[in-house]
Amino acid sequence: MIQQIIFYTFAALTVISASVIIFTHNVLYAAFSLIITFLGVAALYVFAGADFIAVTQVLVYVGGILVLMIFSVMLTNKISGQAVTTHSHNRFLGGLIGLVLFVLLMFGILQANYASLFWLEKAQSSGNIIQDSTIQLLGVKLMSDYVLPFEVAAVLLLVALIGAAYIAQRQMDEK
Amino acid sequence: MIPIEHYLIVSALLFCIGLVTVIIKKNAIVVLMGIELILNAANINLVAFSQFDASRIQGQVFSLFVIVIAAAEAAVAMAIVLKVYHFFKTADVSEVSDLRK
Repeated sequence: MIQQIIFYTFAALTVISASVIIFTHNVLYAAFSLIITFLGVAALYVFAGADFIAVTQVLVYVGGILVLMIFSVMLTNKISGQAVTTHSHNRFLGGLIGLVLFVLLMFGILQANYASLFWLEKAQSSGNIIQDSTIQLLGVKLMSDYVLPFEVAAVLLLVALIGAAYIAQRQMDEK
Repeated sequence: MIPIEHYLIVSALLFCIGLVTVIIKKNAIVVLMGIELILNAANINLVAFSQFDASRIQGQVFSLFVIVIAAAEAAVAMAIVLKVYHFFKTADVSEVSDLRK
């Protein structure tokens, strides 16, 4: 019972702070409510038995991407006392598309009847459900079955690092 | 145990909020925030289904790679936004429509 209450609290926190991003005009408020959203999503990962993914989410998103975003908010605005704002366009059309897509997704989710899916039933009857920490299994999998994607991801991060540093540098010949 | 539909509903809501943010906002950084929300919504789905796959946890491994891709994408996108701001003196995506000035 207490587990349900905490789950729905975090779910509501996630969704409400995400919708703040749509309704606020201040870019910094949007960045700060994105922090709350990411922390709420990390809490949902814990409820789904993914403790390592939750810690990674907090480290990478809140500690990395959000700091990067706030830095670039600061760098792409002339700081002159007024608030950093963003305007919106296509407001009606965008809202309509989002609403229609959400109704469609809800219809699909409610019609699909996941409880009677074959492999979910099999997992539940054979007890193949995550019970404890998955860190060890995740490490073994990354170093055995998924070692090629792991190495490719490492190369991708190196390429992104070099590319970002090269793009963002100031050319010497520019005034 | 939380029914899996509830994870999917939260994820659908986050996806639609992210999509609306990408469509209606003009500031390039807020558009990137919308993209991050969409990636997070996909991750919630992967992790939620992965809890019925305790022996192989393919969903968790895949969501780890999604986080890596999101970090790389954010770094490159921020560099491009900074460069665009340097050229056009604005981060407003609807003003940036010329290839060069």
